Amino acid sequence: MTIQFLGKTLKNPMVLASGVLGNSNDILKRVHESGCGLVTMKSIGPEPRDGHKNPTVIDLGHGMINAVGLPSPGYLNMENEWKDLEKREFPLIASIYGGSVKEYRMVAEFVSSKKPDFIEINISCPNSEKHGMIFGINPQSSHDVVSAVKKVINVPLIVKLTPQAPDIGDVARACEDAGADAICAINTVGPGMVIDIESKMPVLAFKKGGLSGPMIKPVAVRCVFDIYKAVKIPIIGLGGITTGEDAIEMMMAGATLVGMGSAVRYRGIDVFQTVADEIDTWLSDHHYTLEDIIGAAHKEDAS
Amino acid sequence: MTTITDQKHIMLRVEKKQVDGPAFATLFFNYALPFKPGQFIMVWIPGIDEKPYTISYHSKNEFAITIEAKGIFSQKAITLEKGDLIGIRGPFGNGFDIKPEDAVAVVAGGCGMAPLATLVEQLPENTCFIHGARSREFILFPDRFDMDRLFCTDDGSFGRKGFVTELLENEIASGRHFDRVYTCGPEIMMYHVFNLCEKHHIPCQVSLERYMRCGFGVCGACVCGKQVVCKDGPVFDSSALRGIKDFNTKALLKSGKEVDLAQYFSWRCK
Repeated sequence: MTIQFLGKTLKNPMVLASGVLGNSNDILKRVHESGCGLVTMKSIGPEPRDGHKNPTVIDLGHGMINAVGLPSPGYLNMENEWKDLEKREFPLIASIYGGSVKEYRMVAEFVSSKKPDFIEINISCPNSEKHGMIFGINPQSSHDVVSAVKKVINVPLIVKLTPQAPDIGDVARACEDAGADAICAINTVGPGMVIDIESKMPVLAFKKGGLSGPMIKPVAVRCVFDIYKAVKIPIIGLGGITTGEDAIEMMMAGATLVGMGSAVRYRGIDVFQTVADEIDTWLSDHHYTLEDIIGAAHKEDAS
Repeated sequence: MTTITDQKHIMLRVEKKQVDGPAFATLFFNYALPFKPGQFIMVWIPGIDEKPYTISYHSKNEFAITIEAKGIFSQKAITLEKGDLIGIRGPFGNGFDIKPEDAVAVVAGGCGMAPLATLVEQLPENTCFIHGARSREFILFPDRFDMDRLFCTDDGSFGRKGFVTELLENEIASGRHFDRVYTCGPEIMMYHVFNLCEKHHIPCQVSLERYMRCGFGVCGACVCGKQVVCKDGPVFDSSALRGIKDFNTKALLKSGKEVDLAQYFSWRCK
């Protein structure tokens, strides 16, 4: 089930979402070998950052809430990781974040020199006061970040968007106009909050956090549907995908590739191969190819 | 597909506190926890932090965690008293592989005694039980088990002066046969136990520790080589250990930065 994406051939359309297991070359390699077409490193920031105190990740059954808080060694403190990744034999997305257009550009320029296959800019993280989402909720600020980053990198640029944008289609179009090569959507939903009634305290140390997992899938599908209508560049669709049928639904909304993160909790690291196999089975049962289903839910709009 | 279950904290009040010498305290809770020796729970002290802890006592309706005051969290945890509230998530992880018919050795070092305690209670009386620590006050549960135990301390203040590996080597040299060795303690100690077992072709089960966040194999904070300690472990057998190049060499800080183990432990104990 190989698929072409921005000039690279991937063994399947499955993507490891940023922030999940992407901490080292060894674990990224394992995720790839266990059946994931394209893996994403944990977001890399401008300076060393510990992230938030625990509790940071809670499973709510119907999905998760997290406020890990963008931990990163900082782009200048990852020499071992870059050395390991230079020798990799799998396609890789390097995800980056910043607190200003200048920081995004600085990190992107450096990371580009380390030759990941793609750079993803995270302009959508809800778990930090000054990073991420503040850029992605607005078409103009998204445009500013994307065009600044695009000028200093020489690998394709993916922009990861937040469902909190009032019109995610507008934001996606602004990113496309600024030179983005693909859109990745969605980051976590919210932020939300869980309060423990015995201690009368928010459970997350950061108090609020992003929602992921099955409970957010309808939001993710709607966002990808809106983005597909707004842009011509390919979309990595993610948010609550756990099964092959979920993935097919996301592709029908307009996704070329499908990402997963929380699904690792529910079905293990092998979930990428499992879902790829489930997609394959569904396609052959219905006598479809991947090309037949990408954006298929838009045919009413076209007529 | 595994059942998707709610894993929010179960809130519990301390039922009883047991002081275990100058270095340790054990907190008991009335709660029927499904648990296998070697697994762990995430313990939340509201307003402070959340950390992984092993279960040191376990029965049908009760369990306990044992704390050694080292960092900010454990210094707070050790002051908790009857009636104080904590939250738990879990249990998580794989646990030890127990085969009742096997001849085994248990090698405990320092607070590594805590996760081995419930294992020891399931092992036959002829188990070779070796227990070491820096000094007398760090020997946890010196009077707890029925089984004979070989003690040692680095300074000779309790039992023999020396290391657990020397005691294990003596037992092997005396011709004693082991189908398996279980160990938990400082990583360098476990590494030496593992190497000794490799030399004598004895399968080994080691319980590793890394900084954790989610506890269920998603966030990646605790990766050690290609292994996810909270999910694939924390107990690893010899075949897995042979493939973990970070065993006794590297660990990730909270930021995700890879550092050598000495730097990692000096941060963890702050």
